[in-house]
Amino acid sequence: MLKKIFILLFILIPINANALIEVDITRGNLNPLPLAVSPLSIDEKSRKDFEKILKKENIGSEISNIVENNLRTSGLFNPLDKKAFLQAPDIANLKPRFEDWNLIKAQALITGKVNYIDDKLRVEFRLWDVLAAKEMMALAFTTVPNNWRRVGHIISDKVYERLTGEKGYFDTRIIYVSEEGPKTQRIKKLAIMDQDGANNKFLTLGNELVLTPRFNPASQMVTYLSYFKNMPRVYLLDIETGTQQVVGDFPGMTFAPRFSPDGKKIIMSFAKDGKSDIYTMDLENRIVEKITNHPSIDTSPSYSPDGKFITFNSDRSGYQQIYVMKNDGSNVKRISFGNGLYGTPVWSPRGDLIAFTKLHKGKFYIGVMRTDGSGERLLTENYYQEAPSWSPNGRVLIFYRETKTNSKGEGFSAKLWSIDLTGYNERQIKTPTDASDPSWSSLLSN
Amino acid sequence: MRLNKILKNTLLVLTACLVLSACATKKEVATDIQGQMQGDVYTGTDTVEYLADGVPDRVFFATNESILTTASRETLRAQAAWLRKNPNINVVLEGHADERGTREYNLALGERRANAAKDYLMTYGISSDRITVLSYGKERPVDSGSNPLAWSKNRRSVTVKAN
Repeated sequence: MLKKIFILLFILIPINANALIEVDITRGNLNPLPLAVSPLSIDEKSRKDFEKILKKENIGSEISNIVENNLRTSGLFNPLDKKAFLQAPDIANLKPRFEDWNLIKAQALITGKVNYIDDKLRVEFRLWDVLAAKEMMALAFTTVPNNWRRVGHIISDKVYERLTGEKGYFDTRIIYVSEEGPKTQRIKKLAIMDQDGANNKFLTLGNELVLTPRFNPASQMVTYLSYFKNMPRVYLLDIETGTQQVVGDFPGMTFAPRFSPDGKKIIMSFAKDGKSDIYTMDLENRIVEKITNHPSIDTSPSYSPDGKFITFNSDRSGYQQIYVMKNDGSNVKRISFGNGLYGTPVWSPRGDLIAFTKLHKGKFYIGVMRTDGSGERLLTENYYQEAPSWSPNGRVLIFYRETKTNSKGEGFSAKLWSIDLTGYNERQIKTPTDASDPSWSSLLSN
Repeated sequence: MRLNKILKNTLLVLTACLVLSACATKKEVATDIQGQMQGDVYTGTDTVEYLADGVPDRVFFATNESILTTASRETLRAQAAWLRKNPNINVVLEGHADERGTREYNLALGERRANAAKDYLMTYGISSDRITVLSYGKERPVDSGSNPLAWSKNRRSVTVKAN
């Protein structure tokens, strides 16, 4: 649905191939690039039309606020205070007076305008290099007015990509488990929201326990664990139509589901007689394959982005460790050898790293290592945190963190957090309720 | 307003004192815990319910373990005897883990614990047809505390009547 609504996107002027400003995203960015996001200019008639339809006084400012917020939270950019801007939005979009923007130390400038044309929202925006006094990019979009937030996210993605050389991650969604109630009787619902926390929506009612939702990287399908009728099973949910179905016909608990990178298979664990093994099921022909066969617990499987390998969690050595094998279950190799227990391995969409949860001396860490187990790097330490999920560009991890309760069992909370691969820029993502088990979607528009 | 703030601060100081005094009596607390735990297996009766007179409903496990202790076996033998006397009753064995582990591994661990109890009941003559295993991982703690005693109560397999 979302994909279909969108849009006519065209380039106003060919993009200048020579990168002018460049932002290095491979290291912790302690000096975010100062940039100015001029509010999108809007004529009075369009402003009134949108006010009627969207109940927003000035949709131009609203969209530019989204862009500003996205760029700020990325940690790579420092959007400057609008009060310091000297040039009016409409004039700036035509021809910025670079001296003025230089004066407030902006190195890049985003300008644009919004129109209401034929019941549609039309946005054009430009990215300028202030020091070089040149236009870097100019794009225009036309879409239905209700898509205005997504326009803000797409502009953010385009700016991010132009300035860093890598795809952005702003036009994306997060599916997660919403939590309420006392720790002993927690009520859990599936919920979905935009990456910036907007448009939060509950997908289940909380009648049964639900856990570990994960997006299909190729579509808007989700797989998750539900205790429907008190039988823990892996389910598939189409978030556009709301239809659900159980995955496979296993005589016992199936859990820890994920999609294959092409979205055609589900990989998961099946527990029976005290052991858990990894299985796949082809969603088209329903063929089930057993991938591991070991008396230990084998769980939390995750495919490499090319689909050729699987990383998983096993206690076959006596304790939870991370392993990698070929997609047919052969060539099993342990890759985690540091002190402590390792769980929840997830392969980066870039293919080069595996993110994990580590438990050592009563602390929980989110970390990354290379796919051969070398180069282990711990990004964050806390009382309890787990379940990292990658942004589609492999630069940011989202996970959840729980607080310790006091001696009376009070003070418990669970929240979503994100952190850059560099170990910097740790942030809480606001959710209306407590939250856990986040999963990041792929880019909605490519 | 000001007064409110002062009161609040006083409260904070008071709480701090309480915390400190709790530290001072730590030794006492530790023996208390020892009274209810052996190794890190819960041996108390706080959370235990009874299927019948003298038939406790649950057994407890050490961290990351699914091995049945001597006390657990005794409990399960009592359950088996009671099940033999009540051939029409079926049971669900609910396996649980504490909160100090990753969610998916804990689901598997809960299943493994409940299964250890199931195997033992079967060796004492209870048909597998009468037993269903259900793992809750760390989703349903009985004690919401974040301390070793609470965790020990939560690492359990509970036998629940299914009919």
